[in-house]
Order: sequence, then structure tokens, then C-alpha cells
Amino acid sequence: MEWLDSFWSTYSTLVLSTGTNVLLALSIYVTLACGLLSLANAGFMAIGAYSAVLLTLHTVTPLPLALIVGAIAAAMIALLIAVPTLRLSGVYLAMATLAFGEVVRILILNAEDVTGGALGLNGIPQLVGLFEVISSVTVALYVFLRLAHSRIGRTIAAISQDEIATELMGLNVRAYKLVCFVIGAALAGLAGALNAHFTFFISPNEYGFERAVEILAMGVIGGVSSPWGAVLGGTLITALPELLRGMGRYRPLINGVILIMIMLYSPKGLWDGLQTLRRRIRP
Amino acid sequence: MLAQQIINGLSLGGVYALFALGFTLVFGVLNVINLAHGAIFMIGAYAALHAVLVFHVSLLPAIFVAALVTGGAGWILDKLIFAPLRASRAPHLAPMIATIGVSICVTSLIEGYFGSENLRFPLDTLPSSTLTLASVQVNWLDVKIIVLALLLMGGMLWVIRHSSTGRALRALAESPKAAALLGVNVGGLFLATSVIASILGGVSGVLIALYTNSVFPHMGQPMLHKGIAVVIIGGMGDVRGALIGGFFLGFAEVLTIAYIGSNMRDAVAFGLLFSVLLLRPAGLFGQAPQRRA
Repeated sequence: MEWLDSFWSTYSTLVLSTGTNVLLALSIYVTLACGLLSLANAGFMAIGAYSAVLLTLHTVTPLPLALIVGAIAAAMIALLIAVPTLRLSGVYLAMATLAFGEVVRILILNAEDVTGGALGLNGIPQLVGLFEVISSVTVALYVFLRLAHSRIGRTIAAISQDEIATELMGLNVRAYKLVCFVIGAALAGLAGALNAHFTFFISPNEYGFERAVEILAMGVIGGVSSPWGAVLGGTLITALPELLRGMGRYRPLINGVILIMIMLYSPKGLWDGLQTLRRRIRP
Repeated sequence: MLAQQIINGLSLGGVYALFALGFTLVFGVLNVINLAHGAIFMIGAYAALHAVLVFHVSLLPAIFVAALVTGGAGWILDKLIFAPLRASRAPHLAPMIATIGVSICVTSLIEGYFGSENLRFPLDTLPSSTLTLASVQVNWLDVKIIVLALLLMGGMLWVIRHSSTGRALRALAESPKAAALLGVNVGGLFLATSVIASILGGVSGVLIALYTNSVFPHMGQPMLHKGIAVVIIGGMGDVRGALIGGFFLGFAEVLTIAYIGSNMRDAVAFGLLFSVLLLRPAGLFGQAPQRRA
């Protein structure tokens, strides 16, 4: 078992961030599956991370409670901004949520007394291990897989196909969209709270535009036709830079080329691409 | 003081407007959120800098070189990414994610070739003389930036409003299928849009590099965020909105720095953006596509 110890000491952060990134990919999967193109999840992640860390740093809150508070804080803010923003759709929603994320980042940056401003918060207790991450991912994945073929899952699929037709069938589209948006926010908040408790340090710039786009990329690269797509996308985007470590300074170049290739040859995401491939091999 | 701020606002706003014009053209016509527009902007700045340093040309030819290089980049972008994805009828998010890949690739290449440090134009290439206009000292550089930005914008507006190409372009933005049935060369026009938008992005890159006198591989990122803000404020895909939005943001930023404090500069852009979206979701001038059952 010695190799396992040395593997773990080298790659523990990578394994744990793969887990939280899968959670983030699932958070964007919920919103995308409902036809909502939201870029607010990096902001929700920040809200989750900061509220959980402020609790564990300054009080003796047990970790599970802090994680739950992080998720709920993000969900509450999501409820609040959902009222005006969910009137928007498509690109307009993407841009409004992107602006929301930036506003969150800038607020954290300027509330120096509480958040430490640009310097961030240091010395966060390392409370999260493999158990917390894996159990969160498993629960979320299990729930989504079960829901996919239920009445709720089919309604959500119908909304993403044609909102108006779904509404005409007497289904409350607004409520479904709201719930998807809030659940996505709670998941992103949970991922942020988990992530903060194994990285020692958080700062507002981790949750900016790049993070928002990265989360979206994980969702789209994996594909939104199944929760497994989110698992695939989250894992790939996290592991790819590490797998390409041998490439030296042109690592980002190859990383970019792979992203382009996936989009060119499997525009609906990797999961869809794999399904097509499987059908072709074994029809 | 105020007069000086107005000049600053005009030149910064002009650059923003130029950048946003390219971004909004690609969105309006190709229906793609081009996240590589910031990288193209950066290529423009590097191309001009390279021309000045290696071929010792003056500013105007350097800007021409930048336009040529970024136009080529736009051509490659359409041929390599947009055209194949159009042909395969990819979902609308696919090109956007692919442009993230392009942006990563281009930034990495430039970083590998030029290094990641901040480069500057040699001081003798920048006009340093000032012009005194009614007791206000105006830098010639600001004047050149404003004039060039206005010329390019005016030209674009004229082409879109009054030429037959512009009519075809507007038809294409409305419905590619109908435009093709009416004999518009759809593929060629898509390609031309990508090239022209990239040239606008590249030239605005040179102008901002002159304005701040710094060129670095990641200079496109903050600009991309602002370009998005401008385009939203003006209305996605709306040319006139992009121009007014650009000047609006330029003035807002300059006045914030002058009278409130420079740390609030970015908060202003996105605060404005968020409030515009809440009050007028389609932007100040845009019209949201409505679909009724």
C-alpha cells in the first residue's frame, strides 16, 4: 500500500478538486438541462466558500453544518436574484448572471473587514477529506440519475426543448426553472465550501469570469444529456492540465487544441459522442 | 479638469466602442459569443509592436500591419471553427466553448514566443507633443486615437446602413435561410464578418496598447469583460448600441477614477450592466426576440 500513500500525498489536492469540479459541473448541468444558460455559478461558489469559511475560521462550527450553511447561503441569494433575472432567457440571462458574478466578486473584494479583500482568507482549517467529497458527489449524482427518467426529469427535458409547449400542457415552467436555478446554486455553494476547506486559502479572484466560463466548459464538454456527462466534463477539465504536464510550456496550447477538437467532432459533448460511438460499434 | 476628463473619456470610449463593434457584429450575424475576441485584440497589439520594433515603421503602417494580421486570424477562425460548426448544425454553445479553446491556444503561443512580461512601445514612436485647444492641453495621441476610432466606426456604419453588402448583412442577421434563398452569398458574408470583426478588434488592441503603453499576453481578458458589458448595455447585436455603450462605459470609468476612486472602476462597469439588465433586459437599444405561441 506504500504506492497508494505516495500517490495520495502527491495528488490528494488533484483528486479532491476533481470531486468538487464534478459537483460544479453537475450544478451547471441542472441549469443547462432546464435550458437556462447561467454563468452565476462561480459567484454562488464564492458565496458558499466565504460563508462556510467565515464560520469555521471564527467559530467552532462543525464542518457538516458549515457546508450546509454554505449551500443554503448560495441558494438564498439565488432565490433573491432569480426573481428579476429568470425573466431573461438565452444570452441575456447568461450576461445578467455573468454580471451578477462580477458584482459578487467586487463586493467581496471591497468588504475588506470581513473578507480580507484582495488578500483573501488564509489558514483555513483543512477539514475536508476524500470521504466528504466522494459522499457529496455520490449523493448528488444518485439523485440526478434517479430524477432523469422520472416525471420531474421529463418535464425539465420538455422545458429545454420547448418552453411554450410545456407551459401549454399545464406545467408550471417558472417554478421548475426556479427550482433548477436554486438547486444549481446550492450545489455550487457546496462545492465552494468543500473546495475552500482543502486549499488553505481563498481569494475573490478565484471566482471571477474565468471560473464561470470554466464551469460552463465542464458542462458543455461533458454534455448535458445525462448527469454522467457532467462527471466526464468535470474530470477531464481538471485532469487534462495534469496529464499534459510533460508538454512543458506549451501545455495550455495542447489543452486548448483538445477543447476545440472535442467541440468540432462532438459538439453535443463527450457523453453524446461516446453514445454514438457505442451504437456504431455495437448496433 | 473636466475638459481633460472628457478627452480621456472620448479616447477610452472610442477604443471600447471599436472593440465592442467587432464583438457585436459576430454575435449579430454569426450568432456566436466570440470569447476569442480578446485574444484577437491582443494579437493586434503584438503585431503592431512587432512591426515597430523589427521593421522600424511609424504608427500608421504598424496599425495597418495589425489589421492585416488580425484579419488573417479572423479568416482562420471562420474557416477552422465557425464554418465547420455551422455545417454540422452544432448546438449554439459549441462555438462559444471552441472559442475558449482558441483563446487559450493563442495566448499560450504568444506567451511562448514573446514571453509573459509587459512590453512597451519605444518612446519616440509615440507622439508626445500636445495641442492647446481653448486653454486645454490635448495630447496628439488622444486626438489620433479618437479620429481613427471615429473614422472606422463611421465607415462601418455607412457600409451597414447604405451599401448593398450592408443590406445583405442585415438580411443575414435576420434569417440566414431567407438570405440564402434571395441569392446572398451566405458563406462568404459569414467569412467577411469574421474578418472585419477581427480587424476591428485588432485595431482597438493597438489603440489601447498606445493609450496605456503596455502589451502583455493576458491583456485581452479584462477587455473582453468590458466588451461584453458594453454590448449588453447597448443591446446584443445592435451596432449603434455598441457604439453608444462604448462611449458610455468609457466616460463612466474615467469619471469614476477622477471623482470616486480607481478601485471602484470595475464595479461601475458591472454595476451599470446589472442595473441595465434589470430595467431593460434587452439593453438600452436592443429589442429582445419575442416568441409567442
